[in-house]
Amino acid sequence: MAGAAVLGRLSWLLAELVETVRETPRVVSLVLDVPGWAGHRPGQHVDVRLTAEDGYQAQRSYSLAAPAAGERLVITVEQLEDGEVSPFLVEELRPGERFELRGPIGGYFVWDGAADGPLQLVAGGSGIAPLMAMLRHRAEAAVDVPATLLYSSRTLEDVIYREELGRLAEGDSALTVAHTLTRAQPDGWEGYARRIDGEMLREVLGPPDSGATTFVCGPTRFVEVAADGLVGLGYDPSRVRTERFGPSGR
Amino acid sequence: MSFITRGFRGRREPGDSGRIPPGQYETHDFPVLSAGPTPHTPLESWSFTISEGGEELARWSWDEFRALPSETVTKDIHCVTKWSKLDTTWEGVSVDTLLDGIETGAAYVTAWCDGGYTTNLPLEDVTGGKAWVAFSYDGEPLDPEHGGPARLLVPHLYFWKSAKWVRGLRLMDEDEPGFWESLGYHLYGDPWREQRYWGD
Repeated sequence: MAGAAVLGRLSWLLAELVETVRETPRVVSLVLDVPGWAGHRPGQHVDVRLTAEDGYQAQRSYSLAAPAAGERLVITVEQLEDGEVSPFLVEELRPGERFELRGPIGGYFVWDGAADGPLQLVAGGSGIAPLMAMLRHRAEAAVDVPATLLYSSRTLEDVIYREELGRLAEGDSALTVAHTLTRAQPDGWEGYARRIDGEMLREVLGPPDSGATTFVCGPTRFVEVAADGLVGLGYDPSRVRTERFGPSGR
Repeated sequence: MSFITRGFRGRREPGDSGRIPPGQYETHDFPVLSAGPTPHTPLESWSFTISEGGEELARWSWDEFRALPSETVTKDIHCVTKWSKLDTTWEGVSVDTLLDGIETGAAYVTAWCDGGYTTNLPLEDVTGGKAWVAFSYDGEPLDPEHGGPARLLVPHLYFWKSAKWVRGLRLMDEDEPGFWESLGYHLYGDPWREQRYWGD
């Protein structure tokens, strides 16, 4: 178990949009200035609250995609077709405009660096966001542990942070990044081309390492398959941490 | 006074707004949230235990548990991650039935589960027809990812209190924070008072 998080009361703060970064056709990252932000740990998330003129409110949670740089935060938002909040954040919010946010939230799906041992990450779709915060923290703080990412996307265009992941892996012999594209692959694709399975987990992550911590994030069905697969390979369930989103599909 | 975000209108669902607590939205799916892999405990080795101070007060095998009188209830549920789902139908054994005949001076319970999860509740929040150990959802056996074979159902509190894969209740004199309650989430978790996190 993780140590108890030290949290006081979580107050609502005002976030100002600095920049919207287009990541894929359906995903953007929002760079935010949040005066009063007190820092966070890689893997944590925030609650966003939007208020309409007549007082109507909507709240949603978003993963923090980068370590805090002072009061500057990055959240990554996937635009959901019938969403209420994500289309506004992705399409309508302009630089300089503000909304409410509070956090950091979550004290279990977090990676605190070398003390947690080698880092193993399994991402499905926009589930990469909190895992990217861990990889960015590892790179920025030069944390001296090996890291492996297995990342499942539908197509190459849907791979979030594609160039940055390539750069990070290129300059770091202790970082392995493996992609699988489940729906369509470009000509000459050398990565995996199927849904995640036990064989792929074994090939990429290797046999259970008692010192490693494994983080799995993605849609429910993806996380179920990945976490079950890891347990089937002999991974200790207490060292596999999961974060799921979306419906169960039943 | 909340800050108004220019241009945000939101999507208001007609009808059931009086049943959706503050900060929640209605979903028609059934999202899944768990901190780790889904446990798969065989029914032969499953049991449910009531204990106090390390002493076992009652214990049922799966067959014994399923032979207890059960109830079918239809309830609204509210997850701290913001979704609410209305009119969910469950079948389970009332916690009143499980505690029947047990004498205790305890004021709290800790529910414990396969996979190591725990959550804390006042005893009065799981008695008096307010909580069940549910084994069926929507007329079907409860899926493992939704907490099967059996989960606690305490619909008037945020849904993390409705512990999946529950295996027993420990009667406690003191309120002892469970898994999420130790990690920043509210000790009690009333959705109508929006008690999501510490200090709410």
